[in-house]
Amino acid sequence: MGDYIATYYNPEKLAKAWDVIREYFLQETAVTLYITLMSTLFAILIGLPLGVILVTGDSKGIRPLPKPLMAFLNGLINLLRSAPFIILIVVLMPITRAIVGRAVGNAAVIVPLIIAAFPFVARLVEGSLREVNPNIIEMSLSMGASTWQTVTHVMLPESVPSLITSFTTAITTILGYTAMSGAVGGGGLGNLAITQGQQRYNQAVLLAALIVLVILVQVFQSVGTRLARKCDKRLKQ
Amino acid sequence: MIEIKNLSKNFETSDGTVSALSHVNLTIRDGDIYGIIGMSGAGKSTLVRCINMLERPTEGSVVWDGTDLGALDKKEIQQVRHQITMIFQSFNLLMQRTCLENIMLPLKLIHMPRAEAKARASELLETVGLPDKANAYPAQLSGGQRKRFAIARALATEPKVLLCDEATSALDPKTTHAILELIREINRTMGITVIVITHQMSVVQEICNRVAILENGAVVEEGDVSEVFSHPKAAATRALVFPETVDSITEALESGQHIRVIFNGAIASKEPLIAKMAVDCGILASILGASTRSIGDRAYGYMVLGIPGGPEELARAVKYLSGTPDVTVQVEAEYAGTASGKGEAIHG
Repeated sequence: MGDYIATYYNPEKLAKAWDVIREYFLQETAVTLYITLMSTLFAILIGLPLGVILVTGDSKGIRPLPKPLMAFLNGLINLLRSAPFIILIVVLMPITRAIVGRAVGNAAVIVPLIIAAFPFVARLVEGSLREVNPNIIEMSLSMGASTWQTVTHVMLPESVPSLITSFTTAITTILGYTAMSGAVGGGGLGNLAITQGQQRYNQAVLLAALIVLVILVQVFQSVGTRLARKCDKRLKQ
Repeated sequence: MIEIKNLSKNFETSDGTVSALSHVNLTIRDGDIYGIIGMSGAGKSTLVRCINMLERPTEGSVVWDGTDLGALDKKEIQQVRHQITMIFQSFNLLMQRTCLENIMLPLKLIHMPRAEAKARASELLETVGLPDKANAYPAQLSGGQRKRFAIARALATEPKVLLCDEATSALDPKTTHAILELIREINRTMGITVIVITHQMSVVQEICNRVAILENGAVVEEGDVSEVFSHPKAAATRALVFPETVDSITEALESGQHIRVIFNGAIASKEPLIAKMAVDCGILASILGASTRSIGDRAYGYMVLGIPGGPEELARAVKYLSGTPDVTVQVEAEYAGTASGKGEAIHG
């Protein structure tokens, strides 16, 4: 243990680590946030409607869709969710290039992240919407609401607290994925920890990056939880 | 007028086809408060959901003012549902919306401008007697209050028909009474036809003018409430009208002669009938069992009397009691004979 500290946390290493922190941390934290927020935004834009379709298009849903179509959507989601992210990044390179013009860099990380995250978000949304009391959906239909009106006026508003919780889970998971951005030349804290920390035998940088990531997750999670609780009118104030 | 013609509904389950309704025929006139009563699993909820096509009938039709609802497409059915609205046992209010917003929901669905919808919703809050709860959330309200909001919401689009599916089952007796009063008031002042689904005879008794008794998916009896209630014909009706079985009362009796006195709206409160019989005929009847209810100042229900003495006293008692207006008398042995097959457990 003493050797370990002497090797990795001696004054020389710590001084170097401090330099790295001062020089890069603010910027790389911003990059991490940028990649995370953009990816989450687009993952929700795709995953939310898809999650709605998974629930309403179900054979027992309010607007059943053809079975083969539902099987295809479910299969696609399962396929994308089972592929390891690092492999997805590589496999998706041609698509990334087609969308953002290049296959490396921060913008290039966002594309595979969205593709990895939207099926996850769709499943979370599906879970949230299935929690909506079926009696309330029946009530909506009994009032003459169309499928669209039932989704927009009843199902989504009723599941807002649950959706916020789901999106919080999504954003923290996506934040974790951003660590792999270095594989395609993207930046961020994860990349910094690997290139400046691990590869240069500076454990202090790794540790510092880890602490910032933990803080970010804590912040996202507590803001999300608080927001969900505040929005939930089922709890008597 | 709603005409339910030869309506059947089957459900496909893993155990095969289950018949929920078979060949139901009913006519509900405008302005009726029509009770559909039956025990759990009798098919009441399915029947009421067939009226607004939440369930598509397997066979038969529902004709509303000349329109066959089963023939309408999805859009047209949605239009009809603004006119035939529904309230549920479980309130079904949006928990994330204020009460006012809940009432505005059906108005939003018909694209009423927000200001107008708000005015209409506020008006309805007055109607159901809760104007100060506009900005409360359903979680902050009692069961009775939630029910009032559910009613207000069902009235928002000015419907012609109101379907009530076990609308008072989850409420205590006092609140039930208040809600039934409100429904009656709505029926009277707005001329809305009301269809009440319930398993409680007391609900039918309190507000309905017509009633149909549903058993195992079929209508076993139908008619004016007072008629059905005083002269129940089907075994299922008797079970609902007289919750205790005839057997359970007569079994408890020693040997002796018993008569059943049925009150069909007799003005019983003014006449102490049994006491008068003692004075006038010298017959000291004992009351062995009774289930009577007052509607206004009139009595409905029955009483089982033990008559001391022999056949002569029995005949005198029957003659005396029969002379009272709106009272029917049956000798119990004879009654028990007609009520065969009532041994199974029956709940109120």
